[in-house]
Amino acid sequence: MTQPVSNCPNCGAKIIFQWSSSVQTVCQYCKSILVRTDVDLKKVGQVADLPPDSSPIQLNTEGIYRNKAFVVIGRILYEYDQGGWNEWHIMMNDGTSAWLSDAQNEYAISFASNMTGLPTPTRVRVGQQYSWNNQRYTLTVITPAHYRGVEGELPFQYWDKTDVTFADLRSETGRFATLDFSDEQPALYLGEFVEFDDLKLKNLRSFEGW
Amino acid sequence: MSAGTPPFSNPPKPQAQALNCPHCGAAITLRSLGHAETVVCESCHSILDAKDPNLQVLQKFEAITGVDRPLIPLGTRGKLRGVDYEVIGFQRRGIKVEGISYHWHEYVLFNPYKPIRYLTEYNGHWNDISVCKELPVVQLATANYLGEVYKHFQSSDATTDFVLGEFPWQVRVGEHAAVVEYVKPPRVLSAEKSANEVTWSIGEYMYGADIWKSFNLPGSPPQAVGVYENQPSPVSENVKGIWAAFLAFAILLLVLMAGFDLMSHKGTAFESSYRLNSGEPKGEASFVTNIFDLEGRTSNVEVTTSATVDNSWIYVNYALINQDSGQDWDFGREVSYYHGYDSDGSWTEGSQKNTVIIPSVPAGHYYLRIEPEVDPKHPPIAYSVEVKRDVPVLGFFGLAFLALLLPAVAITWRAINFERMRWAESDHPPIKIGNSEE
Repeated sequence: MTQPVSNCPNCGAKIIFQWSSSVQTVCQYCKSILVRTDVDLKKVGQVADLPPDSSPIQLNTEGIYRNKAFVVIGRILYEYDQGGWNEWHIMMNDGTSAWLSDAQNEYAISFASNMTGLPTPTRVRVGQQYSWNNQRYTLTVITPAHYRGVEGELPFQYWDKTDVTFADLRSETGRFATLDFSDEQPALYLGEFVEFDDLKLKNLRSFEGW
Repeated sequence: MSAGTPPFSNPPKPQAQALNCPHCGAAITLRSLGHAETVVCESCHSILDAKDPNLQVLQKFEAITGVDRPLIPLGTRGKLRGVDYEVIGFQRRGIKVEGISYHWHEYVLFNPYKPIRYLTEYNGHWNDISVCKELPVVQLATANYLGEVYKHFQSSDATTDFVLGEFPWQVRVGEHAAVVEYVKPPRVLSAEKSANEVTWSIGEYMYGADIWKSFNLPGSPPQAVGVYENQPSPVSENVKGIWAAFLAFAILLLVLMAGFDLMSHKGTAFESSYRLNSGEPKGEASFVTNIFDLEGRTSNVEVTTSATVDNSWIYVNYALINQDSGQDWDFGREVSYYHGYDSDGSWTEGSQKNTVIIPSVPAGHYYLRIEPEVDPKHPPIAYSVEVKRDVPVLGFFGLAFLALLLPAVAITWRAINFERMRWAESDHPPIKIGNSEE
């Protein structure tokens, strides 16, 4: 793969990868979406201006989850008919990557799971129950969303999506799961809801008057 | 697209934007930064798309049952459970039960770092509501949440009929949601269901006075009317306590009774039988008894008069006289016993025995002066007098027992009544007394 430090093929700005496994990043100057190849960085698209931001989290926000420090390195912004939410790509200090989702300031941290035999988007219904890792989950919401934009480093290529469907599940114990139907193979993310204060976040956005 | 363009992760200036309603031109304030999805014009009630720079009109509504004014004005800040919140939205929702409409108000509370919180108000009853992270488990008419059992209270169809301010979701007047509520005072658990979503939220009852204090509001909150579904009972917590206290005191009383019973002598100090012939002149009937001893501590004396009265009476004037000091106790007792038949059957009245207790009699040598009276026409009557020293007075204990029992019963009754009023408003109105907390 490309070296951790290289230059934007579009504007020449220095591009630094914070996470060695990142596949995609966005040039913070010219907003070109760049994908790493074995040889160099390839521009695959351009990020449109994102809507005014409401999340207190931003790139380089740092926090602690289960005694592990993490830093926010990327983001996918989704919109659906009732609003929008952020999936912040975070890098834990042990090198693993995870997602901190922020939906109207409700926070959850989840990890990609390699579970197979996942339901297809046409089969899921609100109220269905699934069991993964001996934990029972109930499907509480199906969200037809659309991809609104990206920022920073992502563990996969994510730039040409339009409509995507998600199914969110909750457990009796505060566990959280998302079925992601963006690709042909459904993906499952498992995690839990977290309290804002428990994450001990630093480098947050500040809001005037708050 | 030059290299000089600032990175867009730099925050745009987050400020209350000053905008104007495209319909009537009135000023629109956005308070929740980028969170607002819809904002309602306060002057013309147009629901506007807050994400649209031109605030496109999404819906215009007529206030069906009149314009509502939020009790906590939009933009008011307050501290709830240690977190600052600003009131950004207000909506009225209603349900119809047996043809009658009930309305409540919801306030949307905003903090840029915390999940949205809600306050609801119905007839002066308030609830502090937030979305559940843990999923409740429904079993028949109960819901289990974080190890606690909530009882089903009501299932209804809630309609939004008035909105004001901004909402972090797409709000519309006329929107319906199926709402199912479960209660465990002071908390209420509710599920709002639409086709693609179930949202559970947990609420805790709050008193208007506390809301007024939290938001530093002038004046006083509206008086709470009736009993609300998850209103904590002012008495139910006392019920267990008062019965525990009652039990403790009852045991103490029993111990005291046993103690007094053991300590008392109950010995007969004097006993004698007499016969009274009715024809005798009254003066000659007066006589004195032999001297008897009352021993031990200063204590009571029980005088029992027994007579073979049968549809007749005898009246005895007594004087208990201390031979040493001359101190005396005068008292009169009547023994009468009547019986017979009437239209209601047989009846009796009175008894052939009369007992009186004279308190605080010191030890010493005593005698009785006795002066009996009877109906002059009556045949001779045999009667006897018995004097007992230091008898336990159990009647006092009975009174104490009652004095303890009454408040316990009263509080229990109030608690049961409160629960009846609570459940009368539910889908499960009580049909019998006793639907109280177990």
